[in-house]
Amino acid sequence: MSDKARDGAFDDWLDAIEDDSGYYVECENGHGWLPPRRVCPDCGSRDLSETPLPDAGEVATFTEVSVATPQFSADTPYVTAIVDYGPVRVTGLLRGADPDDVDVGMPVGIGVGERETTGDRAVVFRPR
Amino acid sequence: MSHPRVTGVGLTPFGEHSERTGRDLFAEAGLAALDDSGVDPDDVEALFYGNFMGELAEHQGHQAPLMAEAVGLDVPATRYEAACASSGAAVREAVRHLRSGEADVILVGGSERMTNIGTAGATDALSIAADDLYEIRAGMTFPGAYALMARAYFREFGGSREDLAAVAVKNHDHALPNEHAQLRKEITVEDALGAPMVADPLGLYDACPITDGASAAVLTSAEYAAEHGLGASVAVTGTGQGGDNLALHDRENLARSPAASEAAEEAYADAGVAPDDVDIAEVHDCFTIAEVLAIESLGLCEPGEGIAAARDGKTHATGETPVNLSGGLKAKGHPVGATGVAQVVSLTKVLEGESAWADDVGDARVGVAHNAGGTVASATVHVLEVVA
Ligand SMILES: [Zn+2]
Repeated sequence: MSDKARDGAFDDWLDAIEDDSGYYVECENGHGWLPPRRVCPDCGSRDLSETPLPDAGEVATFTEVSVATPQFSADTPYVTAIVDYGPVRVTGLLRGADPDDVDVGMPVGIGVGERETTGDRAVVFRPR
Repeated sequence: MSHPRVTGVGLTPFGEHSERTGRDLFAEAGLAALDDSGVDPDDVEALFYGNFMGELAEHQGHQAPLMAEAVGLDVPATRYEAACASSGAAVREAVRHLRSGEADVILVGGSERMTNIGTAGATDALSIAADDLYEIRAGMTFPGAYALMARAYFREFGGSREDLAAVAVKNHDHALPNEHAQLRKEITVEDALGAPMVADPLGLYDACPITDGASAAVLTSAEYAAEHGLGASVAVTGTGQGGDNLALHDRENLARSPAASEAAEEAYADAGVAPDDVDIAEVHDCFTIAEVLAIESLGLCEPGEGIAAARDGKTHATGETPVNLSGGLKAKGHPVGATGVAQVVSLTKVLEGESAWADDVGDARVGVAHNAGGTVASATVHVLEVVA
């Protein structure tokens, strides 16, 4: 694990997910984003509020990565997925399922895990 | 409006030149473009230069003045960085300067040194075009990002790995006579399907190679070209640029590239042409799926129909709208910062009638260049036309 400075709102967000109280940021028009956001890129609203992330999302798309960066060499092969939570989507590692069994639409829960290569924290989805 | 002319072009061979420095690569391309143009180097007023990963590959920032010096120019020089669309963005700025009358002669170009840091190093360097916090830390690589888009595309519109393989086969075929291309080797659909996976559903033959190389072009105002009898017959008649959210997960549709659509609409309107007028295109096929998305964004196919274009022969040299006659990024190679200008170089040569495919495309009058950065959070489109 690297001992560099925390990435403020991002690490706060990971802390919240670890604590089972994940959230996203939503404007009054229902556009969802991941923090930090001071303004909605879609409508320009600056009235943003933290909204609880739903319990389960659905896999929107995924890939099994076989050629990785050095920061993921010991994790390889691994599955990266984009998961749909309605107003917001999240990218993370998908663990706990055989890659051949993963499919679009599969329901998954969100948590935080460690990267095998570096020990750094990462968003981890698991089937539910 | 008087349109800027492409008066000279130059390229290094694209390929593995791991021991050649970026400055040496750019000097070769830049001097070739100056020689080809017939322009007095003293008349060059600026260098607009594209480069993406110089800090990581060569520990070299502030590259533009270094590159101006390398081609013997003492002029203001600025680097443009828009990931893989870096030199497309440089072309756009040059065109706008020339049109506004602020300058009459600009050298545009780009270079990238990549193979010296190896496959893992280049994979790492390329990945930083994505969102570090929310994508790279979730294992997203550059091939991985396009694999996510490919699966989303298959889900929405259908299509298969065989369809993608047809794109690779076509672009390898196109590269065979291109002496600047990195991969001059015929491949089959079976070769592509049998190659190792990089990020499923994309295999090794769905991906462009890692490439060292440089490109350059001398752009001048139409007036300057006329005054100096340069006889340049190709003009940049349209320019457009689009942008999007950096992270793929923030896009409304994971199987589209709206930044490129916006760039295309702007460039077509600027040039006064429609997609039907386009005779040839050089598009940003960093991965086979990227060519599919590109031709849909350019309006050469309807959404969902791009996947069949290579398989059906439509985009081959002998087809209705040849795409990537140079071999594209896939076979010509993709020295990231050089690619946008290299596309302009390739189109110019074909429009001037200098092409191994001249028997098939000799009457081409309108060409379009599509250059994309990251998962198309940046895109530039340029229309080139024969005007004399
Ligand atoms: Zn909003």
